[in-house]
Amino acid sequence: MSDAINSDERIKQTSRFRQALIRPELGGMVGTVAVFTFFLLFAFDSGMFNSQGVMNWSVVSAQFMIIAVGACLLMIAGEFDLSVGSMIGFAGMMIAIFSITLGWPMWMAIIITFVICVAFGAINGFIVVRTGLPSFIVTLATLFILRGFTIFIPQTLERKTIIGGIREAAEGDWLAPIFGGKILTGLFQWLGDAGIISVFTRGNLEGQPVVNGIPMLIVWALALVVFGHILLTRTRFGNWIFASGGDAQAARYAGVPVDRVKIMMFMFTAFCATVFAICQVMEFGSAGADRGLLKEFEAIIAVVIGGALLTGGYGSVIGAALGALIFGVVQQGLFFANVESSLFRVFLGVILLFAVVLNTYIRRMITGER
Amino acid sequence: MSDPIIRMTDIEKHFGSVIALAGVTVEFHPGECHCLLGDNGAGKSTFIKTMSGVHKATAGTIEFEGKAMNFADPRDAIAAGIATVYQDLAMIPLMSVSRNFFMGNEPIKKIAGISLFDHELANEVTMSEMSKMGINLRGPDQAVGTLSGGERQTVAIARAVHFGAKVLILDEPTSALGVRQTANVLATVDKVRKQGIAVVFITHNVRHAMAVGDRFTVLNRGKTFGTAVRGEITPEQLQDMMAGGEELATLEGSLGGTV
Ligand SMILES: Nc1ncnc2c1ncn2[C@@H]1O[C@H](COP(=O)(O)OP(=O)(O)OP(=O)(O)O)[C@@H](O)[C@H]1O
Ligand SMILES: [Mg+2]
Repeated sequence: MSDAINSDERIKQTSRFRQALIRPELGGMVGTVAVFTFFLLFAFDSGMFNSQGVMNWSVVSAQFMIIAVGACLLMIAGEFDLSVGSMIGFAGMMIAIFSITLGWPMWMAIIITFVICVAFGAINGFIVVRTGLPSFIVTLATLFILRGFTIFIPQTLERKTIIGGIREAAEGDWLAPIFGGKILTGLFQWLGDAGIISVFTRGNLEGQPVVNGIPMLIVWALALVVFGHILLTRTRFGNWIFASGGDAQAARYAGVPVDRVKIMMFMFTAFCATVFAICQVMEFGSAGADRGLLKEFEAIIAVVIGGALLTGGYGSVIGAALGALIFGVVQQGLFFANVESSLFRVFLGVILLFAVVLNTYIRRMITGER
Repeated sequence: MSDPIIRMTDIEKHFGSVIALAGVTVEFHPGECHCLLGDNGAGKSTFIKTMSGVHKATAGTIEFEGKAMNFADPRDAIAAGIATVYQDLAMIPLMSVSRNFFMGNEPIKKIAGISLFDHELANEVTMSEMSKMGINLRGPDQAVGTLSGGERQTVAIARAVHFGAKVLILDEPTSALGVRQTANVLATVDKVRKQGIAVVFITHNVRHAMAVGDRFTVLNRGKTFGTAVRGEITPEQLQDMMAGGEELATLEGSLGGTV
């Protein structure tokens, strides 16, 4: 009897290996290895793996990561946000309106934009938990409402849908570099001087490295991934996120404040979209009414590739980050390899199907292997 | 005799046009196992859910430790020391046993000022509480979805026993259990009752009720049909009360008194 407590004769030897397989990140890990192997073999000489190339796909992947973290936690909490893309366009436009049209200081524009966008996230969440409607339909409405405002407001105020001059307006601001700046510039200069990475050989930038630092966008992406991962796996709130998405009723019975969890996840998704938008307008120096189109789907695809279940209650932030990495590497890699860019969509569709099938299989394995 | 820890007076609960409870009055005492009995749809589950904060009573008053109480949601009830095993268990199949066990009551440890979920403690407690109930888990990270129905029920019971500081509500906890696990649950009920906890035990099994019950209340169609005290009632009388009297008598003849 006492033996039976410590060891169970009813476990097969293989289960350790099997257990290693049953984890949400599996698909993302395999995919990452596969994608890198593929491009290292077939596109090594394309410039994809020199300093500019690496920076290129790192930035694109980081963009996907920022919105994927939000979409991931929200999906695990059992909801979707289809308004992410519109929120990106809207947030960027708000920055432009506040700082250019209204002439506010940039830090104020940034803070007020965050407040407005996160409030929109809260409204999304509030409507979903109060009405019990599927978040799919509620946020589809928000998608149109926000996109409409993003076009209407600059049209009315400025008679155009692209507002520029943001980089100039951000100069000397204390908050803007948190989104548009670069870190480790000294290190990159040193690497350039040492001949490890390429430097400009002509023009007024002569002697400076082509890649002169890590953009804050990447810092944000990594910070959000670490934050999301710890929140999900190591905190009480993380357990509530899993519980809310796994079975909202059961979670309520056990005392989990499900509504609050869901609303906060909608707010977090909006926060991530706003970070994305501000980094983007700082980089481009302009805001456009069509920014962020289809980003909600790209975020959801990255999350699904990362092993999260569309039905909620299961998934991983690390997986979503790997999904975003695969996404970015393939999109830019095909560009480097001179493959017709429309084929990227074919790839996306195929890998999405593949991921969903794999996830369903894994789900069956964890919920009783029936 | 001790004061009741919970006094439910004229509780009514309506779901739209459905009247699930039409005025139920029951008192629960510390250190007593109070059995709630009654046919399917009598309102037993609805009644205990008004106690555990899931439902808000349409009418009636609830007194907890002598004070009128108004639990807004299950969190408040759990915080007050009322833990419940729901008939549908409230387990999340995709989550591990230990995450389920501590759902809503996660143990916290501080690392560098940040409150983190103490997984080690959670795993340890889960394993030991489960083996006390006679179930040997493969591991605390096993998903609840891979457990058998009875094992799940045992997790739910172990969880409630662990967190039920003052009142433990069990809604048909033994319906899916084997002989040994049922005996364990009944022994656990007996043990926590002796610790001074008020146990509310819903069952359809008269033998289980007689084995641990100190007091028996039968609900019928949303009303209190009657309350009896241990020793003042025979199993046959209780059975008749539960079924509303006559019909079962005729059945019993043809089944040879096995019901
Ligand atoms: N959420 C609800 N909405 C509408 N009607 C409900 C709801 N919950 C319970 N009822 C109704 O209330 C009545 C009592 O249900 P309840 O679940 O309390 O019965 P019970 O005594 O627990 O039965 P059982 O022994 O089968 O568990 C039933 O007629 C049921 O249909
Ligand atoms: Mg019931």
